[in-house]
Amino acid sequence: MNAGTTTDDEARMLASIPRLRRYARALAGNAVAADDLVQDTLARAWPRLSSCRGNGELLPWLFTIMHNLHADQVRRPRLLTVPIEEEAAAVPVRPRQHDNLELRDLEAALLKLPEDYRKVLLLVALENMPYAQAAEVLGWPAGTVMSRLSRARARLRVLLSEESPPVLKVAT
Amino acid sequence: MKDAPLSDADIQAYVDGALPAQRQAEVAAYLAGHPEAADAVRCYRAQNEALRALFDPVLEEKIPERLLQAARAPAGEHPSAARPRGFLPRWSSYRMAAGLLIAVLSGSAGWLANGQWHAARALAVRQVPVQFAHQAAIAHVVYSPDVVRPVEIGAEQEEQLVTWLSDRLNARVRPPRLGALGFELIGGRLLPGTAGPVAQFMYHDGRGQRLTLYVSGEQGRNAETAFRFAQEGPVNVFYWIDRNFGYAISAGIDKAELARVATSVHEQLAHKP
Repeated sequence: MNAGTTTDDEARMLASIPRLRRYARALAGNAVAADDLVQDTLARAWPRLSSCRGNGELLPWLFTIMHNLHADQVRRPRLLTVPIEEEAAAVPVRPRQHDNLELRDLEAALLKLPEDYRKVLLLVALENMPYAQAAEVLGWPAGTVMSRLSRARARLRVLLSEESPPVLKVAT
Repeated sequence: MKDAPLSDADIQAYVDGALPAQRQAEVAAYLAGHPEAADAVRCYRAQNEALRALFDPVLEEKIPERLLQAARAPAGEHPSAARPRGFLPRWSSYRMAAGLLIAVLSGSAGWLANGQWHAARALAVRQVPVQFAHQAAIAHVVYSPDVVRPVEIGAEQEEQLVTWLSDRLNARVRPPRLGALGFELIGGRLLPGTAGPVAQFMYHDGRGQRLTLYVSGEQGRNAETAFRFAQEGPVNVFYWIDRNFGYAISAGIDKAELARVATSVHEQLAHKP
């Protein structure tokens, strides 16, 4: 297999990390779990990398692996144990400029979407992936991609309107 | 064709700018006369933007060392590469602790997917001690990176620590002295084992390298084993069972150094009355 050297592969894997992390953060909704997911994805990808070489782009293939891993984890709920100090330590490093109410609502609403809706919405909206490629990554027919994307957006719209309740009126 | 009905797919593709120019214009014309559909499109475009605003900052975040490591070819892909050494510094974050814990609990990929792990597992024959080594390694990765409170009772209150842990384990438990090997006691804590309380003592050396001794009183009657070695990701573990007690020493230091510590601990415990 001389389609790619180990060094090339490492460079490509390395270059994929920021986008894998962004996607995982949106998919898993928790920074620690997201990075675990990225790490597991890379670990699972290495032994199979030859099957991806010369066979299209690395990143969509990695997303597929990540979906499978994530689905495994969702099926088998884990005992997620994070030392309490982790939570405390995570607070100050939160990017403040995005810490407004609306975006936090979005984050919460996103996690309420069914998994399949969230995946397709993120691939299209966040990753800017063409529909055909999203269909390939997700292993769905093109029509399913479109219908789930449509439902995801509509559902998110409803969730977001629920997320911001009107200001409580005080009886006078 | 201004009022030709739009398919849902047209709306989505319009939002994403994925339509051919002509169709895009047709949809725009349709939306001009259909405020509800136009509202939906505006909302969906706002969703796209908000999602990127929310998650794009992740692209700029510093990549944790463990992910950089994971992007490098595993040992098998690099025939000549030396095994990475001095793991622990890379591990000194809670995230890594949580990561290993999750990987162990779910038995999933991660570091544990590598061949070394399977080899280490194959070495350890009996199920119970293997589980015991697991638990010790988990406890090690959970507590040893802890900066704020690595132990419940510090070494400065050693007597209190000994009394408390001995009481809870219903046996005399005293932390061995490892000063000769460069490790000083930080303190200890009580942990839940599979069937009862377990004690963990933590030590560190001058370089900040931490080592934990895990002592469990639930290892069956008069069982005895030789030293066994296990590797849980970057953590090396020596463990053995001696007169109902299981002992495990975990650290991110190399096997030879850890073996010296294990030998010393074993000797001190054997000479105890």
